[in-house]
Amino acid sequence: MAHPTVSRRQFLHRSTLTAAGLLAGRDLAAASSVELPFANGHRELVKFPGKREMILLTHRPPQLETPFKIFNEGLLTPNDAFFVRYHLSGLPEEIDPETYRLTVKGLVKTPLSLSLADLKAMEAVTVVAVNQCSGNSRGFFQPRVGGGQLANGAMGNAQWKGVRLKDVLDKAGITEGAKQVVCDGLDKAVIEKTPDFVKALEIDHARDGEIIIAYEMNGEELPMLNGYPLRLVVPGYYGTYWVKHLSELNVVADAYAGFYMGTAYRIPNTPGGCIEPGTTPASTVPITKFKIRSFLTSHQEGAKIGSGQVLLRGIAFDGGAGITEVQISTDGGKTWAGAMLGKSLGNYSFREWTYAWTPTKRGAASIQCRAFNRLGETQALEPLWNPNGYMRNVVETVNVLIESP
Amino acid sequence: MSKLPFLLLWCLTIIASAEPRKFNLPAETGVYRPGEGAALAKALCLNCHSTEYCSMQPPLPEKYWDATLKKMKDKFGATIPDEAMPVLLKYLVSTYGTAPAK
Repeated sequence: MAHPTVSRRQFLHRSTLTAAGLLAGRDLAAASSVELPFANGHRELVKFPGKREMILLTHRPPQLETPFKIFNEGLLTPNDAFFVRYHLSGLPEEIDPETYRLTVKGLVKTPLSLSLADLKAMEAVTVVAVNQCSGNSRGFFQPRVGGGQLANGAMGNAQWKGVRLKDVLDKAGITEGAKQVVCDGLDKAVIEKTPDFVKALEIDHARDGEIIIAYEMNGEELPMLNGYPLRLVVPGYYGTYWVKHLSELNVVADAYAGFYMGTAYRIPNTPGGCIEPGTTPASTVPITKFKIRSFLTSHQEGAKIGSGQVLLRGIAFDGGAGITEVQISTDGGKTWAGAMLGKSLGNYSFREWTYAWTPTKRGAASIQCRAFNRLGETQALEPLWNPNGYMRNVVETVNVLIESP
Repeated sequence: MSKLPFLLLWCLTIIASAEPRKFNLPAETGVYRPGEGAALAKALCLNCHSTEYCSMQPPLPEKYWDATLKKMKDKFGATIPDEAMPVLLKYLVSTYGTAPAK
């Protein structure tokens, strides 16, 4: 399991740079770094506006990963630590909440141009939901695949407040023959020939009442880098559908075939979306719901554990069926025991689990966790593979050292 | 009269919340690593993205870099002249690593 670790050499490097930074009056935020536990995993830690120190994937367009220790600090991921993923560098220089409009057009009786005030005058709903990048944990794929080389921090859990997409569509009145809702945001490409980042939702999904046009995240306005002032919240679905700076909904009669639906964000059309490592899929379909996952958050790789009972803690989530059980193994997968589940914040949220463990043997031990949901789905012991590095959900292992049982 | 400070505060809050939000992103720090083709990469790739798109990749087979270059040109519309393609490919493979072909 991936935990960014600051190596000793990096600590030295960091303190040297910090001293140099102080002397030179430079921004100290640029001086630290982490080693993600895979080849070429060296990453800068940086502070972007509205964000605390985060793992830098790319500067432009901005992509930031959440340091894994954050997931042990509470079930809701703080806004200033929530991961960031853009596809295009043409971000608006500023967004004016007074003039911001969400356009609803296409196969509707009444095209709409809604201000933030219009949306806030509609019935508000809240949901606690995990957002996770399709390529979260891509850096652990074997064989390695190209793309954003993420550890396990391209996920987060927040309470989202906004209006139902269904209510907005009903306000416009969908007409006969509607097949999809095409969703666009303000982020644009730098050059005209680059495809715009646009996503499509099936009409039944768009109208099922689950999807929210959110204007609040954990009780505050959305951070700029997470889609201010509006973003789609598509509970249970990978982050690619959670369009940021949402500016246009276009109801269309045919399946939208733009680059980010027709070419990118597609998975092998096989059970589980996986194929033999290193091979090419015969056909593909758009990625949809999260696979079930669980993580140990209380202990990092290489942690040293002293005497007596130790409380293991972690999180589990799935695509919305609901977590029913989490099992823990402390003997490398030979035996499994049930963990205690924490209070449910809803089926789309992280679910906390705890497990009291009294180690009996000194030396190396492996801690593993696996979740089960209402559908009986669980996690595989061996990793699944696909060429884009999507949907990793293998049982994660954290190796610890028992010092004095 | 005692309500005046609260009214003023309320007005200030309204004004503050109505102000445009700015992006103000930090300047990037990465540069293309030296090597034959670095100047081309700087001229042709930096327009749309920073250098970490290359520098974060693990050792990958040459076919990955070839496919990525073609994607940038054919799908993303990067204005890469045909004669620059092999130079860039050689630069990326030799500078940002390759894995043995399987």
